[in-house]
Amino acid sequence: MTPDNRAARGPGALEYLTTKKDEFIGWARKFSLFPYPFVTACCAMEFMSVSSTLYDTDRFGAALPRFSPRQSDLLLVVGTVAHKQAPVLRRVYEQMCEPKWVIAFGVCATSGGFYQNYAALPGIDRIIPVDLYIPGCPPRPEMVIDGIMKLQDRIAGDRHPILTETF
Amino acid sequence: MSADTPLPNPIRPAFGPGEHEGTTVVNIGPSHPATHGTIQIVAELSGERIIRADVHCGYLHRGFEKECESHTWHNLIPYVDRLNYCSALINDFAYCDAVEKLMGIEITPRCRYLRTLLAEYSRIADHLTCTAAALMELGAMTAFLYLVTIRDYVYEHLADLTGARVTYSFGRIGGLARDLPDGWLQRLEQILKEYDVFVGRVHGLVDRNRIFIDRMRDVGVLRTAEAINWGFTGPVLRSTGVPRDLRKDTPYLAYAELDFEVPVGINGDNYDRYFVRMREMDESVHMIRQLAARLPPGPISVDDRRCVLPDKHLVYTEIESLINHFKLIVDGPDVPAGEIYLAHEGANGELGFYIVSVGGGVPYKVHVRAPSFVHVGGVHRMLEGYQLADLVPTFGSINMIGGECDR
Amino acid sequence: MAAPVHERITARWSTAVQDAAVSHGTLALLISPEQLLEVARSLKTDFGFDLLLDVTAVDWPTRDLRFDVVYHFYTTHDFVRVRVKTRVPATAPVVDSLIPLYDSARYAERECHDMYGIKFRNNPDLRPILLYEGFVGHPLRKDYPKRREQPLVPYRK
Repeated sequence: MTPDNRAARGPGALEYLTTKKDEFIGWARKFSLFPYPFVTACCAMEFMSVSSTLYDTDRFGAALPRFSPRQSDLLLVVGTVAHKQAPVLRRVYEQMCEPKWVIAFGVCATSGGFYQNYAALPGIDRIIPVDLYIPGCPPRPEMVIDGIMKLQDRIAGDRHPILTETF
Repeated sequence: MSADTPLPNPIRPAFGPGEHEGTTVVNIGPSHPATHGTIQIVAELSGERIIRADVHCGYLHRGFEKECESHTWHNLIPYVDRLNYCSALINDFAYCDAVEKLMGIEITPRCRYLRTLLAEYSRIADHLTCTAAALMELGAMTAFLYLVTIRDYVYEHLADLTGARVTYSFGRIGGLARDLPDGWLQRLEQILKEYDVFVGRVHGLVDRNRIFIDRMRDVGVLRTAEAINWGFTGPVLRSTGVPRDLRKDTPYLAYAELDFEVPVGINGDNYDRYFVRMREMDESVHMIRQLAARLPPGPISVDDRRCVLPDKHLVYTEIESLINHFKLIVDGPDVPAGEIYLAHEGANGELGFYIVSVGGGVPYKVHVRAPSFVHVGGVHRMLEGYQLADLVPTFGSINMIGGECDR
Repeated sequence: MAAPVHERITARWSTAVQDAAVSHGTLALLISPEQLLEVARSLKTDFGFDLLLDVTAVDWPTRDLRFDVVYHFYTTHDFVRVRVKTRVPATAPVVDSLIPLYDSARYAERECHDMYGIKFRNNPDLRPILLYEGFVGHPLRKDYPKRREQPLVPYRK
């Protein structure tokens, strides 16, 4: 996700190769998402449903959850994040390695939902950057799959530099 | 952005590392697959054995009770749903029952039977979820998939009736939102037959499985006197051997007219809790079949203008109905001053609503006596003395639902 | 229509307490804070109320005795409920803890302290349970605005 800020130089053949490299890596990454289900509340029920047989995320390669942030690349924040939970979420996000994507699953993760009070964080994008918002209370499994497919389209079209500034 | 200011610790654990010789303090959660959401357990271990466990909840505190003081009685029904979100209809009906008693309203017979049927249906969904999650954490992925498949059928079926799969907001003060659609009861019978097939498979996989018995028998043992002292109710209390069930002891809704047993355990261990829940699901299916056969015809909601919205065609033609509708939506139903504590048998135990009203359309206070909260207060008694790996099935067997525990 | 247990409790306690009435099937006793341990002990040993369901409070900001601390008891022998209420002022919101009688009081009293600021004598552990370290105030009091947030992690952007 860090942009490749070396200026384009050299003949067009190099750009053709880097585009093909990006497409290949994008294809590999989008079909092998390892979600970290940061599960808190009612949306967990829909997360369980979307991971199991009737609405399978395994078809999209996104089935195997990895419960360690070091081993996962998709942070699925499922359910309301309270202010007490916010440092935990921030720490988990910081522990994940690049490339990483964040999906805000449900309205409570998107904007706080209808809990506009002292206790609930009004949307996780106040503390971490979010790539995709899936609204719904809770969202139907079809919406979740639609969201994952949109994220996969974005990953496919993204630039995937091998050498970055921080490597 | 990462290492400038350290993140604050939201809790203060009861003990720190190094208090005893040769022990380690380990932090489990709050983002952990086996803590069912958001519980943090700070455990002091001697080798693999847990000596002390300090359980912290509150990571899902969403301010339910404060929200209740600024919304009308009807607007609270979606909030109430999201307490025990696995069996949302039970919360709806318990809350509506409490408000109806404060208003002095008696619901219609059809509504009573239908609420009982839907409450038992929700209870099945909750026990399916609990058992599926517990089995998955032990490694039985197939059993999880079977149970979640049948739960999905239940969700789709309830979505036909209420419009939503998980949190329905179906109860209304004075009745229900709408009546059954055509063909709903036939589909219900189909689902109950599929339930028998799927749950039969899970019994075959798990009940006499050597590994399952070794992991669950004599693990997390709770005795009756200790359970009552720590406030346990519901399947956890019944697994210790006492048949205490609000549906039998103080019948409400249509339970007095139904024929069902209250399953009890022997030892109070995890295996008993698993089996009590499986048997309770069978009893719920038996009750649903009785109710579906004897559902009386009639109106769903009481014909009471203080809380039930008038029919749409009246609202569009008569001025009194229009004003009535408007007042009910904007100001809320006028509940007389008073207080009430009403408890229903939720899927986890005694779900109580303590409601204080000073008249008007907005409550003064709504407090939920959540069984999960009380159980989390006592779970450390079931964790101490056992191994770290036993924490997973024990915690799964008390069915801690975060929405209910932290409110 | 009062249950026999309710009538026995009323017979035993109605002269010593401020109010005893049955409403919606529950006997509600209004007592003074000093009587709390004694009444609870009597309910547990003499009348068989072995389950302390819940401890909560109600805030009446215009009253001198601002908080109503409310206890609900249940007996698994006779299946009846009793509500015990006691009133404390905002300047000294202290009541005795029921931990010596019921261990289920531990978490319930912690929550009541968190939300309302009621202090429970002899409860060794009144750490925040639903709220977090560093939260200032007691949110369920009527003077705490609903939307006042105290975020632990500073917001981005």
